[in-house]
Amino acid sequence: MKEELEKRVVKGPDGVEFEVDPLRDYYCQSAPTVMPPAYIKIVEELFNWARAESIWILGFGTGCGAIEMRPLMTPRFDAYRYGIQWRPTPRQANLFVISGYLSVKTLKRAIRSYEQMQNPKYVVGLGSCTINGGMYWDSYNTIKRLDDYLPVDLYITGCMPRPEALLAGFQELKRLIRAGQAEGANRYAEQFEWYKANQKRVIHDWDMPDYNW
Amino acid sequence: MHELHERLKAIFPLGELTVQRPDLAFITLGREHLRPLLLELRHRHGFTHLVLLTAVDWIEEGCFQLTYLLNDRAGARDLGLRVMLPREGASMESIHDLWPTAATYQRELREMFGIDFPASPGVDEPFILEGWRDIPPYRRDFDTLKFAEENFNQRPGRATLDPARHMRDRLHPEGE
Ligand code: SF4
Repeated sequence: MKEELEKRVVKGPDGVEFEVDPLRDYYCQSAPTVMPPAYIKIVEELFNWARAESIWILGFGTGCGAIEMRPLMTPRFDAYRYGIQWRPTPRQANLFVISGYLSVKTLKRAIRSYEQMQNPKYVVGLGSCTINGGMYWDSYNTIKRLDDYLPVDLYITGCMPRPEALLAGFQELKRLIRAGQAEGANRYAEQFEWYKANQKRVIHDWDMPDYNW
Repeated sequence: MHELHERLKAIFPLGELTVQRPDLAFITLGREHLRPLLLELRHRHGFTHLVLLTAVDWIEEGCFQLTYLLNDRAGARDLGLRVMLPREGASMESIHDLWPTAATYQRELREMFGIDFPASPGVDEPFILEGWRDIPPYRRDFDTLKFAEENFNQRPGRATLDPARHMRDRLHPEGE
C-alpha cells in the first residue's frame, strides 16, 4: 500500500491531533445502485431522447486509438455537429471511450475514472484490442476483453477505427440509448461483485476503495 | 573507428571491434574496464552523450549483455560498449554518477530483466509495472503467451490468418 494511503495521525492547524484513514475517510464506501427507469414509459423515453442528444466524452485516451479523437473534435470531422463534446474530467462526462489496448496499470485508472462518472453513463470500446486483445493478444501486460472489467455498451471494430467509423458508432450508440438498451451502468451495479472479482484478479496491488464514486 | 580502437587498445584490454557502419561500431570488454573506458571516451574522445543502456538475454550462454551506446556529437559517430554478465544473480556497477539519465535505464533493466544496479537512485522502486509477481517479463525464460493465457480472460473465436495466404485466397483464388 502506498504511504499516502496508510492510516496516520495528523495535526490540524488548530493544534488538535486526529486520525486519518484515507481509504475510509476520503472515499465513499457504498456500492453503486441500479437506476430504475422513470415511472411511466413516455417519460423514460423523453429522458432517453435527451440523454442520447447530450453525449459528453471523457478526454481519457488509452492505446493508439486516442489519436483518432483529435481529428474528430476538430473541424475536419467535427463531431460537435452531432451534439458530442469532450470534457476534461470524469465528473463532467457520461461517455467513456476506451480507445485501444489497456495495460493493467491503465485499467486501474480507467476503473477509477469510470466509477467517478455520474449516471447515466456509457462505455464504448474502440478497436480490436478492447474486443479480443488485438495485436496484443499474447502480451503480458494488457487485458484481452474489456467487457470483463467494465460494462461495454458498444464496440467499434477496426485497428484502428477511422473517425468515420467512430461517427457511425456514435449514431449507433444514440440509437441504443433512445431504445433504452444502453444499460451498462445498471449492469455494472447489478453484477458489481463479478466485475470487482475480475478486476482484482489482474490488478494485484489493489490500493483503492472498492468503489470510489 | 579503427583508429580509435587502436588507441584505446593500447590502454585497455578490449575485445574485437565490430564495425556496423562507418559511424557505428561495437566493442566488447570486461566489466572492470567499463568505468575507466567510459571516462576516457567522455573526456578525451568527445563521447559526451549516453544514447541508451539496454540488455540482451543470451539465455543459451547463461549471460546478459549490457550495451552502453555513446554518441560523439562533434564527430557524428556512435560507439557501443558491450559488457557480458553472468545471468545468475546479475548485478552491475551503476554509472548514474557519470550520466544521471542512466539511473532511469537501470531502473528499467532492474524491473524488466532483474539486473541489479546497487546504489542507483530508485532502483528498487517499481518503475512501469505495478504489482508484478512473476519473474521479470523481458527475460527469455518468461513465457509471455502462457502468462497471458493464464492471467487474462480470452474471448473465444479468435482466428489468426497468414496475411500473404489470406490476400492471395481473397484476391487471386484461381492462381498460385
Ligand atoms: S486496436 Fe489497433 S490501433 Fe487500436 S489500440 Fe489496438 S493495436 Fe492500436
